[in-house]
Amino acid sequence: MRTIRYILQKEFIQIFRDKSMLPIIILIPVLQLLVLSYTATFEIKNIRLVVVDHDHSTDSRNLINKFSGSRFYKYLGEESSYKQAENDIAAGKTDQVLVIEPDFEKKLITEGNASVQVVTDAINGSAASLMAAYAVSIIQGFNENIVVHKSPLHYHGLPIDVSSLFWYNPELNYITYMVPGILVLLITIIAMFLSSMNIVKEKELSTIEQLNVTPIHKLEFIAGKLIPFWIIAMVDLVIGLLLARFWFGIIIVGSPLLLLSVAAVYLVLVLALGLFVSSLTETMQQAMFISWFVLVIFILMSGLFTPIESMPVWAQQLDKFNPLAYFVKINRMIMLKGAVFNDFRKDFFILAGYAAAMLTFSILKYRKTSG
Amino acid sequence: MNDSREKIIEVYDLVKRFGHFEANKHLTFDVYRGEIFGFLGANGAGKTTAMKILCGLSKPTSGSVKVAGVDVNRHPEAVKKRIGYMSQFFSLYNDLTVKENFRFYGGVYGLGKKEIQQRTRYFLDKLNMQGYESMLLRNIPLGWKQKLAFSVASIHRPDIIFLDEPTGGVDPITRRQFWEMIYEASENGTTVFVTTHYMDEAEYCERVSIMSEGEIKALGRPRELKDRYGVKNMNDVFLRIARNVE
Repeated sequence: MRTIRYILQKEFIQIFRDKSMLPIIILIPVLQLLVLSYTATFEIKNIRLVVVDHDHSTDSRNLINKFSGSRFYKYLGEESSYKQAENDIAAGKTDQVLVIEPDFEKKLITEGNASVQVVTDAINGSAASLMAAYAVSIIQGFNENIVVHKSPLHYHGLPIDVSSLFWYNPELNYITYMVPGILVLLITIIAMFLSSMNIVKEKELSTIEQLNVTPIHKLEFIAGKLIPFWIIAMVDLVIGLLLARFWFGIIIVGSPLLLLSVAAVYLVLVLALGLFVSSLTETMQQAMFISWFVLVIFILMSGLFTPIESMPVWAQQLDKFNPLAYFVKINRMIMLKGAVFNDFRKDFFILAGYAAAMLTFSILKYRKTSG
Repeated sequence: MNDSREKIIEVYDLVKRFGHFEANKHLTFDVYRGEIFGFLGANGAGKTTAMKILCGLSKPTSGSVKVAGVDVNRHPEAVKKRIGYMSQFFSLYNDLTVKENFRFYGGVYGLGKKEIQQRTRYFLDKLNMQGYESMLLRNIPLGWKQKLAFSVASIHRPDIIFLDEPTGGVDPITRRQFWEMIYEASENGTTVFVTTHYMDEAEYCERVSIMSEGEIKALGRPRELKDRYGVKNMNDVFLRIARNVE
């Protein structure tokens, strides 16, 4: 055990003596959290809207006011005919056209329902679905009895399933939703990169050879190498949680201690993966490419940006091996829903088992001898 | 006469293959306690490979290797407490200070805090490097670094110290000082196993072996070898052996 102390001492001196390390460890995660949380949003603002109002009634005017008053819309004005409005879309001058039928108000009063048409530029399919959903939401907020005919323009065969997109997500909720996931991503990147690169760096500088002729025990060496990065990643997580609370104003519904405990186990898994990468590679460049390759797949499949439920079945099966998927899920459950241990017990045990298995495997794979 | 001395390294029929390439072909030799043993050979002759096997850094394909009475193949970790090793690539930490390098390796070899301090002071005094203990290793000239590396490799008073081309790229004065350190270690009973390309250094060794193409072509005292080949210096002995190979 005394040996571990000397290794830890050496590692911490080296980490903090390297002037580029402190910014990498503290500043970059903070910046990424700030930038990503504001930009990783599917929300669309400033939708340009042109209206063709055939009714010119109080109700039609009120409906238009609803749009121009929305902070998601930028009302450009009216066109006298649909043909002209369509030209505006074709020319890229507007994103959406709202067509109000001639007897809109009259029908609304006498028959109790009326209809409008919303034409959306569907060059970007997913943005179009959202814009259409926004329009529907505003119109039905105005009067539930208005039937909306949606027509996408520049439609490239992407199915626009508007019915599934009838949610309406104000900005604040989006950040609340993204920040916990992005936090997971950041500590994963830090832990994985630092651990895999650090051991490979000793290989590259051939200082590892000097260590390998000492009676240092394999386990002591690995512990001495991984513990510093475990601590750093935990510190990053705490900083991130403080930012979430005091910068983004996110109230962590569940127990922060529970979250940190899960993170403690999760990080063992990530560090074990980093150790594994470092035993596969000889240079920092190789370690970097492999770590990045693995991480990109983990991140894209983590459910952070796209829901896992909408992935193909084989991908969902693969995600059972994706540590990020588990932790993103648990993290959101704790932070947003206030989940307690029992709510995610099964996921946690899978994660813990996975961590134990990966660590054992990586330790067995690590060799003090070569060739 | 030699046979009466204690054997500290016993190598018998050592073979190391990398795929089809045989880096060490049936090496058999002994090294005696307290001896300065020169392990010579051209680049690629298989010296470093053999040395790594002796240090437990690499596994032999076949054959037996005993170092300080321990079977290296079976108990590589037990051997490591008894040996010091200085690689041909500089391998102390450049981003640590002189003192921190000593402290780290002293700690790893299980020395106590006091002992580490004493040993550090001892080596710094010997190297006339008092006042440099807080300097980062990267700011220290190569020759000094090599002497420091030698000191760090012997911080735990090993029975044997392995030096892989320790004086490569070092100026003649430092080279001389380095050999004085080797002599001192040998006088204190440490066995020194050293590889070198400098044939004048070979003359300083008690016995030398000359390797070529993975085999030991000659082994003996420098004087014996010079007599055997009828030449005046080790340089010519080396050339004779190398020429025979061609």
